[in-house]
Amino acid sequence: MYKLVTKKVLSDVSKLFEVEAPLVARKAKPGQFIILRVDDKGERIPLTIADSNPERGTVTIIFQEVGLTTQCLGRKEAGEYISDFVGPLGKPMEFPEGSGRVIAVGGGLGIAPIYPKVKGFFKAGKDVISIIGARSKELLILEEEMRSVSKTIHICTDDGSYGHHGFVSEILQQYLDDGEPIAEIIAVGPLPMMRAIVNQTRPYGVKTLVSLNPIMVDGTGMCGACRVTVGGATKFTCVDGPVFDGHHVDFDELVARSRMYLDKEKQSLDFCRCGGVK
Amino acid sequence: MAREDMKKHSMKEQQPEERIKNFDEVPYGYDVEIAVEEANRCLECKHEPCRKGCPVEIDIPAFISLIKEKRFEESIHKLKEKNNLPAVCGRVCPQENQCEALCVRGKKGEPVAIGRLERFIADWQLENGVETPELPVKSGKKVAVIGSGPAGLTCAADLAKMGHDVTVFEAFHAAGGVLVYGIPEFRLPKEIVKKEVEYIKSLGVEIRTNIVIGKTITIDELLDEEGFDAVFIGSGAGLPRFLGIPGENMLGVYYANEFLTRTNLMKAYLFPEYDTPIYLGKNVAVVGAGNVAMDSARTALRLGAENVHIVYRRSEKEMPAREEEIHHAEQEGVKLNLLTNPVRIIGDEKGWVKGMECVKMRLCAPDESGRSRPEPIENSEFVFEVDTVIIAVGNTPNPLIPQTTEGLQTGSRGTIVADEFGKTSRKAVWGGGDIVSGAATVIKAMGAGKAAARDIHTYLSSGA
Repeated sequence: MYKLVTKKVLSDVSKLFEVEAPLVARKAKPGQFIILRVDDKGERIPLTIADSNPERGTVTIIFQEVGLTTQCLGRKEAGEYISDFVGPLGKPMEFPEGSGRVIAVGGGLGIAPIYPKVKGFFKAGKDVISIIGARSKELLILEEEMRSVSKTIHICTDDGSYGHHGFVSEILQQYLDDGEPIAEIIAVGPLPMMRAIVNQTRPYGVKTLVSLNPIMVDGTGMCGACRVTVGGATKFTCVDGPVFDGHHVDFDELVARSRMYLDKEKQSLDFCRCGGVK
Repeated sequence: MAREDMKKHSMKEQQPEERIKNFDEVPYGYDVEIAVEEANRCLECKHEPCRKGCPVEIDIPAFISLIKEKRFEESIHKLKEKNNLPAVCGRVCPQENQCEALCVRGKKGEPVAIGRLERFIADWQLENGVETPELPVKSGKKVAVIGSGPAGLTCAADLAKMGHDVTVFEAFHAAGGVLVYGIPEFRLPKEIVKKEVEYIKSLGVEIRTNIVIGKTITIDELLDEEGFDAVFIGSGAGLPRFLGIPGENMLGVYYANEFLTRTNLMKAYLFPEYDTPIYLGKNVAVVGAGNVAMDSARTALRLGAENVHIVYRRSEKEMPAREEEIHHAEQEGVKLNLLTNPVRIIGDEKGWVKGMECVKMRLCAPDESGRSRPEPIENSEFVFEVDTVIIAVGNTPNPLIPQTTEGLQTGSRGTIVADEFGKTSRKAVWGGGDIVSGAATVIKAMGAGKAAARDIHTYLSSGA
């Protein structure tokens, strides 16, 4: 059993837990993820490691209550336990030392997984420009954390309730056009957002990394559920990723595969054991 | 010799039309009376040919002789001297190619049903309980076993019986490896696996779940920081192997390990009571003809598929599955489409499978594997109307441990290189099971675990 040490409600739909998992905390690196199971009848779901604290032995996860597992998890309080928590899984990201301009584009809950990566770039001496967006001010998460590791930060909201009234892609376009060299772009967010950003940067030939979060079961390379086509070859997100060169990812396939269990997910929510929102 | 005596006693089993509606075990096993009668068929040959066929060296005539006398407790002790998982082996071993293949009775009739007797005595024990054997004085040596499948559990139990402290590291949330994620409930009930694991724990073996060696902890850390004196790698199956044909990532295409893991380990057949879903159409094609393919096909039937087809590029003779599995599958209505090879998977506009184009094959001269090489027949393409495809054509070794263990030699196909005792290129590191041999059987993995345990014991006893 794994203890939930602290809980923070970041917005109506996103929550943060620090989970006691010393072995994972000791090893966790930006780009990696964990798989958890809330209880004995639960599903195994992957979540990005948002932060880790080896001294305290804790790992931070941030999630949006979109399905049964995340709703059951969201109803847990600090001091309670979950059945399983395994990691760190996936390949850590690499942060070459040296100067250069890196642009990080985070959308919605994608800000949680992009934060440790931005921190990695920041520590490696990069000038990080962060462009983060949400539907509205209430839904924006980790603003302070992102600010602390970015040279420049831009905030966008779809409804104009905070920062730039519009999409992250509009701010990104200004940087693509300003002629200054960009070492790398990293984009994390909902699939349609990542696909849009990748299509936007492709003509400029700027390397654009994305972090994928497909359906997984074991997370160690055994089952093949998380396969994705990258550069024409089948890759397994859990062992080959989760970070890939976005210009080579087959997003159409990824979007289709992410919808495989939509009907079942609805059925599952209707049945919900934990008394979550129906 | 009476005509009746030429044949094995059959096991009662669930009728096909009933059993495809549930996940309960198919054969019921012998009762005491039948077990004793079957045991009496054993001739107790002096030269004990059957024993040579057993990868874990069970004293077969001895445990059968004790059944004859209804000395069941002694029989189980005899069995457990060598086999730590008898209730598993009695169910899933291919006895027909091993012990029973060498049984003298088999020359003129059917061999003694060694597997069924093993199952009988193991189940008797699970029902009646049996005392844990007395363990030797602790050696003070610590061994880490990676993976709690058949190889790992066997190695761990044997080492514990030799007095060593053993910790098993398992990546999943439950112990058992392929016994819990791969082999279906109707062939190997999970309650049985659980009890066998409990027995191994009673020997003092500690099992730590949710730890991925190579990620959470590396082998070097186990040896250098965690105080282990030796490591056994029994990490099992690796990455999925696909066919390399167009359409394999469409919705409705499963790799067999995902299909089976969802159903067995995650209990998707009890969805929505259990949270993990599984998708299954009405017409299912399973590509491959090994035990995993048969398990997938029979699972698909139980999940409600109307038509289930095995698609295999060679002929019946080359099918790698156990005869009993093929027989059970056919009894249940699985159709065999032999000399048929998939060419591409066809999808609808939303990316869901709606068909699989196949080509008819013919067999030519044997290839390097000794099996006849299949060759496509020109212009024989046709489309199978299926809405689910399950790929069961084997796997390639998992890279996590080789990638993070410097100096651990791997073969050309990525398997870990080990000698007949399981010794790898790294000092204090042994390996066995699928990660060394490539996909094989439960009992072969157990044999490898046993051989390694003995070698590790020698190494630890030599003052290492």
